[in-house]
Amino acid sequence: MPLDVEARVIQNTRLSPDYNVITLAAPEIAAATRPGQFVMVRSSHGSDPLLRRPFSVFEIVRSGGTVTGLSLLSKRIGVTTRLLFDAVEGDVISCLGPLGRPFDAVSPPAEAWMVAGGVGLAPFATLTEALQERGTATTLFYGARTGGELFHLDWFAARGVRLVLSTEDGSKGERGRVTGPLEQALRQTSGEIMIYACGPEKMLEAVSHVAGKYKTPAQVSVERVMGCGMGGCYSCVIPVREGSGQHYVRSCLAGPVFTAADLVWD
Amino acid sequence: MDLSVDIGSLRLSNPLIAASGCYGYGVEYADAVDLSTLGAIASKGLFLKPREGHPPQRIVETPSGMLNAIGLQGIGVHRYIAEKLPELRRLRATNIVNICGVTLDEYVELARILSDAEGVHALEINISCPNIKEGGITFGCSLHGTFDVVSAVKKVTHLPVIPKLTPNVTDVASIAKAAEDAGADAVSLVNTFLAMAIDVETRRPKLSNIVGGLSGPAIRPIAVRMVYECRRMVKVPIIGMGGIANAADALEFIIAGATAVQVGTANFVDPFIWSKLTAGIEDYMRRHKVARIADLVGSIDTSTREKEWVSS
Repeated sequence: MPLDVEARVIQNTRLSPDYNVITLAAPEIAAATRPGQFVMVRSSHGSDPLLRRPFSVFEIVRSGGTVTGLSLLSKRIGVTTRLLFDAVEGDVISCLGPLGRPFDAVSPPAEAWMVAGGVGLAPFATLTEALQERGTATTLFYGARTGGELFHLDWFAARGVRLVLSTEDGSKGERGRVTGPLEQALRQTSGEIMIYACGPEKMLEAVSHVAGKYKTPAQVSVERVMGCGMGGCYSCVIPVREGSGQHYVRSCLAGPVFTAADLVWD
Repeated sequence: MDLSVDIGSLRLSNPLIAASGCYGYGVEYADAVDLSTLGAIASKGLFLKPREGHPPQRIVETPSGMLNAIGLQGIGVHRYIAEKLPELRRLRATNIVNICGVTLDEYVELARILSDAEGVHALEINISCPNIKEGGITFGCSLHGTFDVVSAVKKVTHLPVIPKLTPNVTDVASIAKAAEDAGADAVSLVNTFLAMAIDVETRRPKLSNIVGGLSGPAIRPIAVRMVYECRRMVKVPIIGMGGIANAADALEFIIAGATAVQVGTANFVDPFIWSKLTAGIEDYMRRHKVARIADLVGSIDTSTREKEWVSS
């Protein structure tokens, strides 16, 4: 059952001129969140912006073993993300969740390969914790435009996650798109792999294509223009395969995590 | 305090109705809201057959509002009856089923099928969706079309019939009158305003359908005016809607002449809005010593304004 919490901003850390991690005191939502689920954030109580925006839950924040809140990884691109970027400690932000279908975490002997593009890193902190609990060997293929936009590397490294980095400008890791190192690794492995991907849709499409080519299952977390997050408005639809054709399903209810092979890319 | 209102032969426990197209089939919200506490749920618009709707992008946010062009994606009437109604019955929801057709025969067929289904309490006739080219709105934009659809549906059903009217006409009150003359038990208004938004960088329309329907607080004053105009033209109950986001907004429609109200866009923002609206209305009734919400309907006092108008 989703909850609507008027959450106090506990901390807002700017990671770069565009990226921030904002921590919200919404322990009830945080405690119920499963990896890959999202919250709908309302950053105004007026009518601009009118609608909430979806954000993957980034971290479940704990203090002395007690869940105290959740954090969101945000990139400043629009009105709401600008408000989140500018928010200060003590501000109140309405947060509705947890919502959506989570990732299905694999157990050994399967390995987990997480593929993140830019702000698509967001769902992989909670997924890492779930994989850790299962003792699943985990790799993060993480791509960004530039080295300064690769965040929380220490966090993942400290949890035993193998990092494979790439940047479009070559300033850190391999030069080019994140799918380059992913395909190279798939070519070399013979193990049982589950791919998890989140990032721009073009990246998800490329990951799905590569996963299909190497007959590797993949779960992708999509982001569509979403109105309500509850299944009411039918705006966030994405085409999935159905028989010989396709059918629109709501990504807030059937997703945001989908089996890559089920999706039809426009 | 008595919040109940009558829409034809249908008594609602309170005047708050989830607007069609804004609440899925109702069951989507069952985890969050006790559906029996709503006055009613107007279902997503149903055709005889399933429909895929328009490709994304389907919504755009605009100042104090949003445009949508969903294109009436839906599961069709048969799957609604088989898959959604049993759950809605179990949850004791009051169900106003919104029906859409391309031809008059389709409306009649839908009304026949739904009249035999257990758990359907009223029919809302969608003759006002701005997002599909054929049928529907063609009827709703003409006096004859409105009259013909309503009278044809009335002939085949015992359920209250509520045509949902479009604001995209010169005189919505005359359309309401045509509906009343045809035997409508109530009218609901307004559907969304035909509108568009363009991305100036790419010079492309923001919606895949190019145009869409505007809803939200931006349209509320126009919708209130239209309800007020219809109240003076027809005797049947009016279900008012358009940008209601709090109790005062709902009361504004009721005072203008609406017996009940629908809430759509605001539910997207706050799915828990219903209990807040109820509390706000009850608080108002206490403060103003109103025992029955029905006594507030159309209670607008224009006397001083008319005097000022005459003397100026």
